[in-house]
Amino acid sequence: MRTNDLIFRTTTSLIAFILLGFSFYLLLAGHNAPGGGFIGGLMTAAAILLMYMAYGFEAIRKIIPVNFKMVIPTGLFIAVLTGIGSFVFDQPFLSQTYGHFHLPILGDVELATAMIFDLGVYLTVVGVTLTIMLTIANDS
Amino acid sequence: MIYAVFAPLIITLLIPLLSKWKERVHTGWFILPVPILIFIYFVQFVGENFTPHSESYSWIPSLNISIDFYLDGLSLLFVLLISGIGSLVVLYSIYYLHKSEQLKQFYIYLYIFMFSMLGVVLSDNVFVLYSFWEFTSLSSFLLIGYWHYRERSRYGALKSMLITVFGGLSLFGGLITLSVITETTSIQAMIEQKDLIVNHSLFPLILVFILLGAFTKSAQFPFHIWLPDAMEAPTPVSAYLHSATMVKAGIFLVARFSPILGGEPSFFIIVSLFGIVTLFWASFMAVRQTDLKGILAFSTVSQLGMIMAMLGFGTDVAIFAAVFHILNHATFKGSLFMIAGIVDHETGTRDVRKLGGLMTFMPMSATLALFGVFSMAGVPLPFFNGFYSKELFFESAIDLPGFSGAFVEFLQQAIPYIAVIGSIFTFVYSMYLFFSTFRGKYKEHELKTKPHEAPLGMLISPSILVLGVILIGLFPNMVNESFLAHAATAVFGDGFHAHEVKFWHGWESPALRMSLIVVGVGTILAITRKKWTSVYTVFPRRLSFNELYNYIVDSIEKGSTKITETYMTGSIRHYVSYILGSILIITGAILFITNGVTIEFDDLAPITIPEILVGLTMAIAAIASIFTNNRLSLIIIVGVVGYGLSVLFVIYRAPDLALTQLIVETVTVALFLLCFKHLPELKNLPSHPGVKSINFLISVGFGVLVTLIGISSHSSKLFSPISEYFIEESVPLGGGHNVVNVILVDMRGLDTLFEITVLGIAALAIYALIKLRHDKEAK
Repeated sequence: MRTNDLIFRTTTSLIAFILLGFSFYLLLAGHNAPGGGFIGGLMTAAAILLMYMAYGFEAIRKIIPVNFKMVIPTGLFIAVLTGIGSFVFDQPFLSQTYGHFHLPILGDVELATAMIFDLGVYLTVVGVTLTIMLTIANDS
Repeated sequence: MIYAVFAPLIITLLIPLLSKWKERVHTGWFILPVPILIFIYFVQFVGENFTPHSESYSWIPSLNISIDFYLDGLSLLFVLLISGIGSLVVLYSIYYLHKSEQLKQFYIYLYIFMFSMLGVVLSDNVFVLYSFWEFTSLSSFLLIGYWHYRERSRYGALKSMLITVFGGLSLFGGLITLSVITETTSIQAMIEQKDLIVNHSLFPLILVFILLGAFTKSAQFPFHIWLPDAMEAPTPVSAYLHSATMVKAGIFLVARFSPILGGEPSFFIIVSLFGIVTLFWASFMAVRQTDLKGILAFSTVSQLGMIMAMLGFGTDVAIFAAVFHILNHATFKGSLFMIAGIVDHETGTRDVRKLGGLMTFMPMSATLALFGVFSMAGVPLPFFNGFYSKELFFESAIDLPGFSGAFVEFLQQAIPYIAVIGSIFTFVYSMYLFFSTFRGKYKEHELKTKPHEAPLGMLISPSILVLGVILIGLFPNMVNESFLAHAATAVFGDGFHAHEVKFWHGWESPALRMSLIVVGVGTILAITRKKWTSVYTVFPRRLSFNELYNYIVDSIEKGSTKITETYMTGSIRHYVSYILGSILIITGAILFITNGVTIEFDDLAPITIPEILVGLTMAIAAIASIFTNNRLSLIIIVGVVGYGLSVLFVIYRAPDLALTQLIVETVTVALFLLCFKHLPELKNLPSHPGVKSINFLISVGFGVLVTLIGISSHSSKLFSPISEYFIEESVPLGGGHNVVNVILVDMRGLDTLFEITVLGIAALAIYALIKLRHDKEAK
């Protein structure tokens, strides 16, 4: 028997998005400010967990139709691919580089290959946290 | 020469194929030519002008190990024994073993043994010698346990294995020491460095190691106990391994190393003493046996003791007598074992108490046994070869090498007497063996089958051996110059003069008088044997060396079980306290021994009030966690420590760490809450106050230790940290201002890659654990 937790659900829909936004900020800002893939991933997972607590497992499955177990290998694959990518340029494994690019709208932006690696970390952490939590939570 | 050595091994590869036709043709026939050809090959070397041959084949050049064969007189004597008696034993076994037996295994083991024995006597390289040596132990183990479904066979095989491998390993130690001292692996090269070895401080160790190897292999007192139990092997094996060849490997070893170790008082004392004690003890014990092969086993031990003693004497007469007796013993003991096998085969028992009066049923066997037994006893008649070597033994026992020292002089006084007493008992058990088997009353109701003469083929091999007994007996100098003299030279050195063996030395000869005493007293004792055998009950059986062996093996097993049971309790609490305790003791001891504790106050930052407050909170929480009995409150309290840590990270300006610590702590606490919901309440495990105080000591000690290490390592910074480089190069190299992140993803990205792999594995493992548990339950 579930109690009527209207306030919790309403605030959750608001807070979850703020959390998600913040976690993306952490991911993107990681190179120059505190943050990075690890914290970003944990924060994203926290947001999704909040949604899970408010709306239950079925709702999560409907909103984010992703198998979190598959997110782990995806993240790892991206991270490894970043490393292997350096071979193409005749560099040792996991050599990173960066450059300044002029993009429309955003203007002068610094882009680093480390960002892709961080994305791999991010996805892995999200997958790991959610797999663990949801598996244990759904274990009756 | 290498083909001759490896031929038996190569033929074993074909035995499984050949044994397919064993129903029609006994497998033994196919492989019989191999030892005969080896024998013919080596016989060619016999001659007055014999000089040592050597051959070398590369094996492990980087370790200076090569397969060096060195054929001198001693090796030649042994290879001829091995191949000659080997041929006879194979021939005998063809008639002895029925076709329904597992012939394949038997001949493979036997030929591996033959191969390794040839290798032992021909090797010049000590490590190759050792390899072959262990091969003989192994194949002997397999042969003794041939009837592996019998409990006694397995017991005997294990016993011989344990004792001979114990000696083998000791020998290995001796050989390693020798090769380290002399910087060579060749025995001949070691002989040239005799002075260096003898004067080296490790010489006693080498002597003990090598002699231990030789004594265990040759069943010397008190290691003789494996040989009687090895009689569970098929009789051809007993005849071959345990009378003529393997047990002489130890003799060979002592003889081979005599030029290096011999001539020293210590060598004389140890080898002669053990030899003469073995001679006496085994001949004394042989009279007590009731099993034909048991008597022969003790007799073998006793004769080996005699040869060993003569090698210990080290005079030229003694060495010649030893070599002569090696040959003689192989002939008469081989034939006696085969006769014992025939008796067993034809009557179904080897128990002397059930046998008797077999002479009329088995005249051929009885005649052959007569020659073997009287030769063994050393009866002074000119057609028993045993007499000559026994008389030479007496002769050498009187004329011992003149070392000085109180114990040596006592030994020199005692040896002739012990030799005579031992020989009297040898005479007694020989007569006992013959007369109680072939003479006396025929006990019809004791035997299952009516005894009859053995098939002719079975009698061929013992006949040839007995022919050897008679020929050497009639013409004792027949092979001296051409054969035995070379063997004795190899043992004694170049100064050896060939000895002429004479039957008649004249009444003045003390050796002849000793022989006459032996025969006279021996006859009296043999006739009155039944009256004095109660002597044996004076020694209780539980004081025997067999009981000692059983006790040692048992108590090793029980003791190790006990030790394992005391510390392997299955309790993780105990294991953790072992681990932490040993870290505490070892690391702490090293820390204090090396004066590792240094405390300096130079490089310290000022302490602020927030740090003190947070630190105090964490300390209180940590201490409180010990005293709580509720899991949930425990989690919360531990959570306080975690959050306190993230506050400390904030104070110490580590924003990334603080963030991560905060979230990870939250997630962990949530996880704990999820899991611990299902667990029962914490219980105070009942534990002994002593255990509690030990745990307390260990944990306090461990905390102090880690603190000390932390302070010391902070106080002794030997190098400037690498962090300067990271801070400088973060922007130019990585293009990022967050140094921590640049280190994580760029400079040390590989660590991060594997860390996320660890996370992934952990998640999948948790998933698998939880899901598969349900699957298992469903089944």
